[in-house]
Amino acid sequence: MKPIEAALSEQRQQDAQAGRWRRRPLIQSPFLRLTLWVGLVVYLILALGSVEVNWARVAEGAGRGLEFLAAFTRPDFISRWDDIWAGLLESLTMTVTSTVIGVALAVPVGLGAARNIAPLPIYWVCRGIIAVSRTFQEVIIAILFVVMFGFGPFAGMITLAFATIGFMAKLLAEDIEDLDERQVEAVRATGGGWWQTLNYAVQPQVMPRLIGLSMYRLDINFRESAVIGIVGAGGIGATLNTSINRYEYDTSAAVLLIIIAIVLLSEYSSSFVRRWTQ
Amino acid sequence: MPVSTSSQGQPQWRLRTTKAQWLGYLAWLAGISLFLLCWKVISDNTMWVFVEDAGRQGTDLISRMLPPEWTYAHQLWLPMWDTLNIATLGTALGILMAFPVAFLAARNTSPHPLIRSLALTVIVSSRSINSLIWAMLLVTILGPGVLAGIIAIALRSIGFVGKLLYEAIEEIHPTPVEAIAATGASRMQVMSYGVLPQILPAFAGISVYRWDINIRESTVLGLVGAGGIGLQLNASINSLAWDQVSVIFVMIFATVLVSEWISARVRHAII
Repeated sequence: MKPIEAALSEQRQQDAQAGRWRRRPLIQSPFLRLTLWVGLVVYLILALGSVEVNWARVAEGAGRGLEFLAAFTRPDFISRWDDIWAGLLESLTMTVTSTVIGVALAVPVGLGAARNIAPLPIYWVCRGIIAVSRTFQEVIIAILFVVMFGFGPFAGMITLAFATIGFMAKLLAEDIEDLDERQVEAVRATGGGWWQTLNYAVQPQVMPRLIGLSMYRLDINFRESAVIGIVGAGGIGATLNTSINRYEYDTSAAVLLIIIAIVLLSEYSSSFVRRWTQ
Repeated sequence: MPVSTSSQGQPQWRLRTTKAQWLGYLAWLAGISLFLLCWKVISDNTMWVFVEDAGRQGTDLISRMLPPEWTYAHQLWLPMWDTLNIATLGTALGILMAFPVAFLAARNTSPHPLIRSLALTVIVSSRSINSLIWAMLLVTILGPGVLAGIIAIALRSIGFVGKLLYEAIEEIHPTPVEAIAATGASRMQVMSYGVLPQILPAFAGISVYRWDINIRESTVLGLVGAGGIGLQLNASINSLAWDQVSVIFVMIFATVLVSEWISARVRHAII
């Protein structure tokens, strides 16, 4: 224990004996605590000062906000059903294909990004792929792929698959890095080669989590597929965007309710699958 | 353990029973059929002429992006500051709202099952809707600007922070809570002295983690008009100034890497 902490804990003991008990602070050092508080206040003043708010515009829009909330009590599924259905079908198919392709590509990248089974040059290449794929928001990637592949669900599928690679490969690599070394050693001791070690020692250990994560990613991909339509990559996002821009809040509410329902459903089923695999 | 006998009457060890084996095959068949069906739908909705052209378009794009117009970076400091503010203030606002919701949603601190399901509904709706959609809605309501971005980030963060926090509350040790309650403490005192100290480290970790995610999300909010560097990105893309776009990409990449590093350090220090 450092001297300052020892002094502090002695002080606490004396206080407690004198009947002045105080709870323990989260950050022990008083100097660090004070610096953090002052920094916080200074930042808040600077940040709030730089936020410009047009209150007249806010007051004007408040009525529209209430209108939107009211739309949730009377969602309109019918009058734009054809558009909603087309968008939904595109979103769902995009979700399935991109997850399958993404996971299939993430497995080799994840293996390459695990320090304990991959040589150093491959490790750096795979870590680079993961960093690029994880840093950029799906929407930014979608913009580039829409330019390359044209409007439509194909660009969206490639985008989501690319984002899936980064997500899955990172978690898979972390999983492989802390797997139980004894089993790997045991298979190696029987004379198993690299592929056999992978198949009999590594794969059984990471498989349940890989399945669980894939289900989770399916869920995320659906949610993201509702967004990348804004930049022209297909899916229900385009329908939603159009309905908001036309102030058809009843239809927007219907689309949002459908999205929430599907996410709920997939979350429930993925928790079921995870329980079944473990 | 599934064992079958060979024609000579020798017992053979097998990994799975025949039934499980066939069920496995069936699952694979169903999965592959689903994938092919989905692929068919996408392929029907795709203009393959454009896809065949992708290689040329890609190299064209890269040649337009390089070399980046570095002097443009001077105009980006202010939007970047806005982006950081959207992420930070939005996270702070989201945490403020998520905190009570999490206590209402946790099974052991919720006052009533009905309130609990209401809080869970809030968490799920906030989680299902991406911050960009929230921003889109808020821009039509509040008008374009940083405020819409901050609120969008906050609304999306409620669900994330609320979910992780209520799970943390449900996992607390009941002994300190009982000890505090046994001294005759009121409900709020039990929360403050029994529950709160146990979840504070998790809470700080979750908040920093969400902040890191929000930095990433806030970079694109400008695409729908909610302020930050996304506005500049949108302007540059619309004017086809790809050499400016590449500068913005480099800045986003650097910012996100730094924020991820900070968040990892803080979480490491706490836990």
